[in-house]
Amino acid sequence: MTQTPGIQLSASGSAVIPPTTVPFIKLRDVSKRWPSGSTVLSHIELDVAKGDFISLIGPSGCGKSTLLRLISGLSPLTSGGIQVDGMTPENAREIMSFIFQDATLLPWRTVTRNVELGLELHRGSTRNSRRAKATELLNLVGLSAVADHYPRQLSGGMKMRVSIARALASRPSILLMDEPFGALDEMTRDFLNEEVLRLREADRFTTFFVTHSVAEAVFLSTRVLILKANPGQIHREITVPFPHPRTSAIRSAPEFLSLVGEVSAALRTVKLNP
Amino acid sequence: MKSVIKEWGWPLAVFLTVIVGWGMACQLLKIPPYILPGPLAVLHAVVERRENLWFAFQVTAIEAAGGYILSIVAGIIIALFFAQSPLIRRSLYPYTILLQTVPIVAIAPLILMWFGSGTRSVMLVAFIICLFPIIANTTQGLISVPRNLVDLFTMSNASRIQMLLDLRLPHAVPSLFIGLRISGGISVIGAITGELFASSNAVGQGGLGYSITYANSQLQTDYLFALVLTASVLGFLFFFVVVFLEWLLLRKWHEAAMKPQLE
Repeated sequence: MTQTPGIQLSASGSAVIPPTTVPFIKLRDVSKRWPSGSTVLSHIELDVAKGDFISLIGPSGCGKSTLLRLISGLSPLTSGGIQVDGMTPENAREIMSFIFQDATLLPWRTVTRNVELGLELHRGSTRNSRRAKATELLNLVGLSAVADHYPRQLSGGMKMRVSIARALASRPSILLMDEPFGALDEMTRDFLNEEVLRLREADRFTTFFVTHSVAEAVFLSTRVLILKANPGQIHREITVPFPHPRTSAIRSAPEFLSLVGEVSAALRTVKLNP
Repeated sequence: MKSVIKEWGWPLAVFLTVIVGWGMACQLLKIPPYILPGPLAVLHAVVERRENLWFAFQVTAIEAAGGYILSIVAGIIIALFFAQSPLIRRSLYPYTILLQTVPIVAIAPLILMWFGSGTRSVMLVAFIICLFPIIANTTQGLISVPRNLVDLFTMSNASRIQMLLDLRLPHAVPSLFIGLRISGGISVIGAITGELFASSNAVGQGGLGYSITYANSQLQTDYLFALVLTASVLGFLFFFVVVFLEWLLLRKWHEAAMKPQLE
């Protein structure tokens, strides 16, 4: 760890991307209002390069989950534009996977059948190829032993790992994670954080990650976006310069801790001065 | 063994107390048997007229099961229709509540007048009384799928049919079974109510409801008791079949189905 943590203030994030490449995900002047008239997100500008790991952190009501729903096309924009790999969000769903706050497993399906779900819905895959893929992914997340169990027999952390395996089964280029580890205890959370990084090494997916945990955001991300509420806007961006692959040892490094302090301080300003 | 005693000991004690109390009351108060026969007289009637009882049991079982199965098929189809849009539910749901509130005793004679006094009409009475719990519970199950699960399917570009077959229907099965439990018991009540108004060709030959009116008119109160007992057994049987099916289908994944609870 030779670099000192670089802090970068940027409105558009364009500094991170070489000027010649077209950004992988592009948000231009994105706003979202509820039918009631209240503004959730206002004039969001964001460019994301392939392989970026972006954490969204901010007080409740800052629209970080909504931003994820806009990018995934689950919720329509009020104004502005989003392009995902040159497509509209709705059309880009094929290359995206969403991981929700709860594991959202189908309780009537076994672990294996849950992992197969996405492939099954896409059709065009054979039963055997689905089974092979599911087995491979369950191996990858270390759950082969419970492949034939039902979700109710699993712990919260295991359920989340099944959820991750299911999301990765379709080999997405983009992973949208909406506070996936919020309900888990700290040890499980740390373990799963390392798991996500390990999986990312293999698949190189671009990630959006909503969280309330500063340490988690810094540990995982290449860029941390701090959002403010009323209306939701990007308050500040902090780049995390540590190279990948990262190990848990980084958590005790002074550079890491000072960056955590940095993000926490920024978050505190946002919370105190809305 | 100890747990068996714990579980069945108290209900059994209550049963014995009631039976003994009943028998002693008949003896001590000198109640005439056509008003209230003692437990031994009822047992005697059960043994002596077991063939009549068995026949009535079968007739009513077929009528109740027919109406019940029809109500399951129709109820699920109607629930699937209701699940399509809130507008449909808003427009039609109030009328399905009519099924629940209209007194079946008042409707039964009408049905028998319109459709003739046969098995078909009795089934129809059972059908009407069973329908509402199935519609209400299944619809509830179909529309109460958590939003995240719907979003998950949307993210996979699932079709409407996939959303229905792979998400909404399996999610509704536990709710459907709540309806099935309720309707299973009342299907027997429906069939007996229908039979009360239906007549039979041969005297003493008919379902439980018919036999009850007959026994009542002949002041064969011990036989009447035996018939009521048989009707209860039939209702229990329906209930247990449903609970067993529920256990069979849901025990692996559904929390509530692991231990059959008798509410």
